[in-house]
Amino acid sequence: MFEPLSPFEIQALALSLRVAAAALIGLLPVALALAWLLARVRFPGRWLVEAFVNMPLVLPPVVTGLVLLSVFGVRGPIGGWLREAFGVTLAFHWTGAALAAGIMALPLVVRPLRLSLEGVDRHLEQAAASLGAPPLHVFLRITLPLAAPGIVAGVLLGFARAFGEFGATITFAGSIPGETQTVPVAIYAALQRADGEPAAIRLAVVSVIVSIAALFVSEWANRRVTRGRSDL
Amino acid sequence: MSLAFHVRARRGDFDLDVAFASPARAIGLVGPSGAGKTTLLQGLAGLTPVKTARLTIDDELVVDTEAGLAPPPHRRSVGYVFQEGRLFPHLQVGTNVGFARPYVADPMSVGDALRLVDLEGFERRWPSTLSGGEMRRAAIARALVARPRLLLLDEPFSGLDHARRAALIPHLLRLREEVPMIVVSHDPRDVEALCQDVVVIAAGRRVS
Repeated sequence: MFEPLSPFEIQALALSLRVAAAALIGLLPVALALAWLLARVRFPGRWLVEAFVNMPLVLPPVVTGLVLLSVFGVRGPIGGWLREAFGVTLAFHWTGAALAAGIMALPLVVRPLRLSLEGVDRHLEQAAASLGAPPLHVFLRITLPLAAPGIVAGVLLGFARAFGEFGATITFAGSIPGETQTVPVAIYAALQRADGEPAAIRLAVVSVIVSIAALFVSEWANRRVTRGRSDL
Repeated sequence: MSLAFHVRARRGDFDLDVAFASPARAIGLVGPSGAGKTTLLQGLAGLTPVKTARLTIDDELVVDTEAGLAPPPHRRSVGYVFQEGRLFPHLQVGTNVGFARPYVADPMSVGDALRLVDLEGFERRWPSTLSGGEMRRAAIARALVARPRLLLLDEPFSGLDHARRAALIPHLLRLREEVPMIVVSHDPRDVEALCQDVVVIAAGRRVS
């Protein structure tokens, strides 16, 4: 049971890390824009945007996967268009697993980002403007660094969610070894085999190690971005 | 040197309408809390929306919202020092003070600005390690780097004890020669030593 990982298991781990990283990279700008919108702009229908963002948190993941399949699947409105216009297929492809992981992680990334943006002292932004900084510079030099702890928290939660995503992934992307069989999906697949339990346990241990490593990295990053600050 | 301003603003039931003109280099703006001092100052700096604002420095019209001259705050060259200084907590004092350097053609050096407020050698300190008075002075130095045409100081003495107030005044007196200023305070004694002219406002109107 404590044998080293098989090539098959290493493949699942590498795929999971790739899916989680791609999901986060695609998700962060969207989450940042949504968090900023919700934290700073008062507009009609705001509650609708908020409800939409939080949808993956309350829906059963399998249902989210089904929704993705009907929208981004080859016969879905967006999926069909992507295939015809660009020859891109998301369903049952690793990019589809990344999309599913990203959608599931969205509310967990938006929330801490939004809270930290709401917590930024507006007087500091005004001070920056009165010193001659145009709005984009105020955002990049003041708002974003001050919201950094929320970004770190959001990235950690988002990574954890994306790395561990199961329901929406298996529904939308399936369980194709080397393509969409991420660690959680591989654990499930291993348990379906009569002799799969040791493999499942090895992958579970790997998941725990990755999660603890993510926690440490996030704690280290948080110390770095709050260095010297006593306003927290 | 001459300074003239007129600001009109409305916040719910509160109505502000104050005009003033003076040849003084330092003007005190005094009144009880809720009189509209901060609204007036922020209106001049473009930091809060007002009905109308007009600002003339040395006969040059800088802001006249009714004539469509309403530059955004970052194009007004009006320095604003907030209550308690509001240094950027994630930047060391030197970076804080030099913040405006990329945005002005001929910025003051960080060292010169710090020297003017007697904070030489504070470049690598974090704002959280400064005393209240040092924080105020660093914030003033930060505003000076942008070489503003007018410096607005919102309650520069608030939260400082008597000795620290007295210690801040010589700094501001020296600055008066560098840049004209409007100094807000709820306590007339604070501005007596500093300002050659004083406006008193109450409930949004000038009373003297």
